Amino acid sequence: MLAYAVKRIGLGLLILVLVMVAMYAAVFLVPGDPATVALGPRATPELKRLLIERMGLDQPVWWQIIEFFRNALTGNLGYDVWSNRPVSTLVLEALPNTLILGLTALAVALLIGVPLGCLSVMRRGTAADAVIGVLSVGVIAVPSFVVAIYSLLLFAVTLRWLPAIGAGEAGDFVSQAKALVMPAAAIALGWIGYIARMVRASMMEVMGEPHIRTARSFGLPEWKIVSKYALRIAIIPTISLVAVGLGSILSSAVFVEAVFARPGIGKLITDAVNTRNYPVVMGTVLIMTAIYVSITIAADLLIARLDPRVRDVFRG
Amino acid sequence: MTGSLAASDLSVRYETPHGSVHALRHVDIEAHPGEVIGIVGESGCGKSTLVTALANLLPANAHVDGSIHYNGVDLAKLDAHHQRLLRGDEIALVSQDPMTAFNPVLTIGDQLVDFQHHRKDLGRAQKRARIAAMLGRVGIADAERRMRSFPHELSGGMRQRVAIAAALLTDPGLLIADEPTTALDVTMEAQIIHLLRELRREYNGIIIVVSHHLGVIAELCDRVYVMYAGEVVEGGEVDAIFHDARHPYTQALLACDPARFHERLDRLPTIPGSLPNLTQPPSGCVYAPRCDRAFAPCGSIAPPLVKLAASHVARCHAVTP
Repeated sequence: MLAYAVKRIGLGLLILVLVMVAMYAAVFLVPGDPATVALGPRATPELKRLLIERMGLDQPVWWQIIEFFRNALTGNLGYDVWSNRPVSTLVLEALPNTLILGLTALAVALLIGVPLGCLSVMRRGTAADAVIGVLSVGVIAVPSFVVAIYSLLLFAVTLRWLPAIGAGEAGDFVSQAKALVMPAAAIALGWIGYIARMVRASMMEVMGEPHIRTARSFGLPEWKIVSKYALRIAIIPTISLVAVGLGSILSSAVFVEAVFARPGIGKLITDAVNTRNYPVVMGTVLIMTAIYVSITIAADLLIARLDPRVRDVFRG
Repeated sequence: MTGSLAASDLSVRYETPHGSVHALRHVDIEAHPGEVIGIVGESGCGKSTLVTALANLLPANAHVDGSIHYNGVDLAKLDAHHQRLLRGDEIALVSQDPMTAFNPVLTIGDQLVDFQHHRKDLGRAQKRARIAAMLGRVGIADAERRMRSFPHELSGGMRQRVAIAAALLTDPGLLIADEPTTALDVTMEAQIIHLLRELRREYNGIIIVVSHHLGVIAELCDRVYVMYAGEVVEGGEVDAIFHDARHPYTQALLACDPARFHERLDRLPTIPGSLPNLTQPPSGCVYAPRCDRAFAPCGSIAPPLVKLAASHVARCHAVTP
């Protein structure tokens, strides 16, 4: 298990390096002079050269990459070219908002999606199963920014129940929670459908296995068979799906944060890209990749924890 | 609690998109406490459907006619809830394939504790103590450690022992072993038969053993029912069936058992022909198309159950008491 974890973490670090190399390559290959785009056509050559130097773009690409990682190891992710604030500070300020948004959305999606999937299986072939099926496909088909805009119109503009923008007053839990409802719901909605479908599909497969018949032959109640004997196996593909899907949850946070003008990583990165603020872009991408890689590793370790057969494969 | 079991005129049909499959037709069997009953027949003869019906585990598309009286209660008329209360309490099933019979992500101990859920009077520690004792009784050394094992960490023979232990833990009045040795190799098969023989000495309920293996039936059972194409064609004491078989199918089946050959043969004997299509069972005798003794009435009139001796019956036009 330990060897497995070490191997996965090593692989994760390699992915981090590869992503950053790809990012630098992209900056290098993008046509046009970033300084001209950022400063506008009427900037003086001195100003442009200054900006290029500040972003380190006058150095060879490989040197830029080495410098980036050398600094990153000491916790220095570079400086915002416009405000001169450390990128690490900017990211750390924006990160909690995004993480709370993403994790709330994920938790809501799991808490509603998994029981719906189970209910579908227990009532298979009935009207309840059909309704859950149609609703799931329905919510999967609606993009989160559409949900965001319509819920804004309904709950913030017409009904005035929830705040339209921002992340709530600092330190005021109720106001922060209220500001979280719509963005989280906008992201979670489609995932509820995904998770319910996924749980139903893998659960149906597991329910046909002989060991379920054994549990039935001992007269175990159906809810116990579903929640203990079937779900522990059926949840495994869902965990993989959710771990991979977290990337898309974080990227839908970019749209949702834009719609609700909510401070967060999504907003930070869109602003940085628009102003060609490369150090901020690089720093944010590094942190997001690191989070994504960690979650994938955590999910794999969780699966190994849940399935003793997987555990044994990696023990040997 | 122990009581007698009697299925009478029991029929089961499966409704499928291709029509109804009459998997079991007008079956009469009975069993009394302390008896070991064998059910034998080739694949597709309905033996699994019969025991599945006895254990109330038929799928939703199955339709049951007739009655299954156990202990004075008609199991076929019970609602799903009361059927479930009997399973794992009065009726226990040792399923066919020990390799897939247990949940792969839960420990043996965890599952065996759950399987005793009808015993509300016992605490978890007491249940675990009963498991350890029962595992020892079925010949598993180091029971405490095995309870912490996952199913895939045990060999096939050991898993079948655990499956038998699980069934015995519930103190059933009716223990059904569906092909208990089919998935095992010959050495393991001999060990499991030995174990079942030992257990029957201490057990006073009914044991039903299903097998297509004549040797297994001969070694374990008191009485045996021979099934063909969803019907019981002959039934009686093991001795009577093995030494004085009267139904042509039973005779042909015995003639095909390699264990009964005295000299080496170039070709193994077989019964020519194949099973009838059970979506449209024949109106006469089910075995008539393959029977070498078939005569005029066999093709059109279903043969009656002829009583040959106290417990020896055969469903054939050609036999006479």
